Amino acid sequence: MIIKGKTHVYGDNIDTDRIIPGKYTKTLNLQDLADHVLEDLDPEFRSRVKQGDIIVGGSNFGCGSSREQAPLALKKAGISAVVAQSFARIFFRNAINIGLPVIEVKNHSINMNDEVEADLKNGKVINLSKNEVYEGTQIPEVMVKILNEGGLVPYLKEHKTYS
Amino acid sequence: MGQTIIEKIVSAHANKQVKQNEIAIVNVDGVMATDTTAPLTIKAFQDMGGWKVWDAKKVFLIIDHAAPAPNEKIANLHTFMREFAKAQNIKLYDIGEGICHQLMVENHHVKPGQLFLGADSHTCTYGALGAFATGVGSTDLAGVMLTGQTWLKVPASFKITLNGKLQRGVSAKDLILYIVGQLGIEGATYKAIEFTGPAVELLSLDDRMTLSNMAIEMGAKACFVDTTGLELPYDFDHIYGDEDAAYEKEYLFNVSQINPEIATPHSPDNVRDIAEAINTPIQMAFIGSCTNGRLQDLHAAAEILKGKRIHPDVRLIIAPASQKVLLDALKDGTVEILTAAGASFISSGCGPCVGTHQGVPGNGENVISATNRNFQGRMGNRHSNVYLASPATVAASALNGKITDPTTLKEAFS
Repeated sequence: MIIKGKTHVYGDNIDTDRIIPGKYTKTLNLQDLADHVLEDLDPEFRSRVKQGDIIVGGSNFGCGSSREQAPLALKKAGISAVVAQSFARIFFRNAINIGLPVIEVKNHSINMNDEVEADLKNGKVINLSKNEVYEGTQIPEVMVKILNEGGLVPYLKEHKTYS
Repeated sequence: MGQTIIEKIVSAHANKQVKQNEIAIVNVDGVMATDTTAPLTIKAFQDMGGWKVWDAKKVFLIIDHAAPAPNEKIANLHTFMREFAKAQNIKLYDIGEGICHQLMVENHHVKPGQLFLGADSHTCTYGALGAFATGVGSTDLAGVMLTGQTWLKVPASFKITLNGKLQRGVSAKDLILYIVGQLGIEGATYKAIEFTGPAVELLSLDDRMTLSNMAIEMGAKACFVDTTGLELPYDFDHIYGDEDAAYEKEYLFNVSQINPEIATPHSPDNVRDIAEAINTPIQMAFIGSCTNGRLQDLHAAAEILKGKRIHPDVRLIIAPASQKVLLDALKDGTVEILTAAGASFISSGCGPCVGTHQGVPGNGENVISATNRNFQGRMGNRHSNVYLASPATVAASALNGKITDPTTLKEAFS
C-alpha cells in the first residue's frame, strides 16, 4: 500500500485532547468529530485540509486518552495516513484498528506542505519535495494483517477469532 | 532467567511462557467501557457480526463521563448503552454510581493477577491490586466482547523502588507527580512499571490507586504496585517479579525528600516543586476524578478546610469517586465540613476533569485540580490554565485564592 499526500506538520506530544477535545467525543456521527478535529491546536486546519493529506508529528503522537475518536476524526477529515517519530501506544493501535495507516519514522525532516509517499509494505516514507527517504519501523505481523483487511472490524467479521 | 510480573500474568493468560517483546494471544478476565467509548464499542461489536457477548458476567458498562446527560444527544447515547446492557444482561452502572475505575475496584470486578481491559486510558489504575490492566480503544474492546481474547505485545518492565516515608501533608499524588516529572510524558511508553520498596508497603489502597492511575501519563502500558501490605476483603495470591528478571531500567527514589509538587500548564510532566508556582492566583479548584476522588482525598481537604471558608474569588467543586465514597463522607461528617467551607458537590463522575460539563473554566482563568491531565483545553476551555496537584494543595489554594503549599498551613498539620 502506497499513500501519497501533502503534509500538515506538528511537534512532539500531540495529545488526544488537542486532536479531538473531550467535549466533542460523545457521538456516533463521525462528521461531528471531523468538524472539531485539531481545533485547539490549529484552528485553520479544517479549512486547509484536502482529502488524502498526511499528518506528520514528532515524538509521542496521540498521547493521553484512549479515545478512538482521535484517529476517527482525522480519518473522517480526509487524512490518509499519520507519520510520526513515535506514537503513544493506544493511539497507534486504535489507528490500525479503524484502518488509518500509521508509520513510525525515527528521523525525518518533513516540512509543512511537502509531498510525501508512505510505503507501508516496505516500511518507509519518501519525501518527494526534498528527494529524501526515511526508514520506518516494522509493525508486528498481526497489525499488518489487520491493516490489510481494512481494520479490526472487517478482520474479525471475517475470521471471528485472533488465534 | 526469571520473569517480571507482566511476563507471569501474560504467560498465565496465554497458556504458554512468554518473554518481553513477544506477541501473545491472551484470554481476558474482564472488560469495561464508559459513555465516551461504549457507544463506539457496541457499534463495532455489531458491525463485527456480534450477537451475544462472549461472557455477560465479564462485561461492565459505566455512564460516568457525561453524567447526568448534559444534552439530548448524549442522553440518547446513554439510552443506547442501557438498551444494549439490558438485552445482553450486562451490568451497567448508571449516572452518579461512580467513576468506572473506582467501581471496578470497589465492587471487586477486578482482582490481583487478572488480565483486564478497559476502554479508558486510566485502566492502568488496577495495577494497585497487582492486576495487569490496560487501556484500549473501542474497537479493540469490541474484539474482546466478541472473542474473549485479544492480542498484545509483552512489554519490557521498569522497576521503580521507593524508599523512605512521605512527609506529613505530602501524598501519593505528590509522589506520582514527582515521578512523572522525572521520567517525562513518554518516559515509559510501551513499558510496564513495577513500583516496589518500603515506602510502597505503607500506602493505603486509595494511595496505591493514585500511584498506578498516572502511569499512563508516562505512556506506560501497565503498572503494578507491590501488593505487600495491601489489605483486601478477600484472599489473594501475591505476584512478585523474580530477583533475576530482566528489567530494562531501574530507578530508586527516596520519597522522604519529596515536597508538594505541581504540574504547570499544559502538560502533566511540567512538574515543579510547589515553591515555583506559589501565590499564582486561582479562580477554580477541583477535587475528584479517578486520580483523587476517594475518601482519603476528601479527608485531606476537610482537614484543611474544617471551620474555615474558601476565598470569595474561588469556586471549589468536588466530585466523589463513587456513591459509596459520598455515603462514607456523609456519614463521617466530611461532606458537611466541606460544604460549610463553601465547596460545591456535584454528582459522582468524570465531568470537569474531561471538560464535558459541570465546571468548565472561563477564559484566562487558572484552575488547580486534583486530576491527572492538564493538556490545553482538557477541562473544556483552551483559554484556561490547569495546574495539577494533591487534594491538600487544592484545598489550601482554594482557601487562600492562590496556589498554596499545604504544609505551610500551621493549623492543619500541627
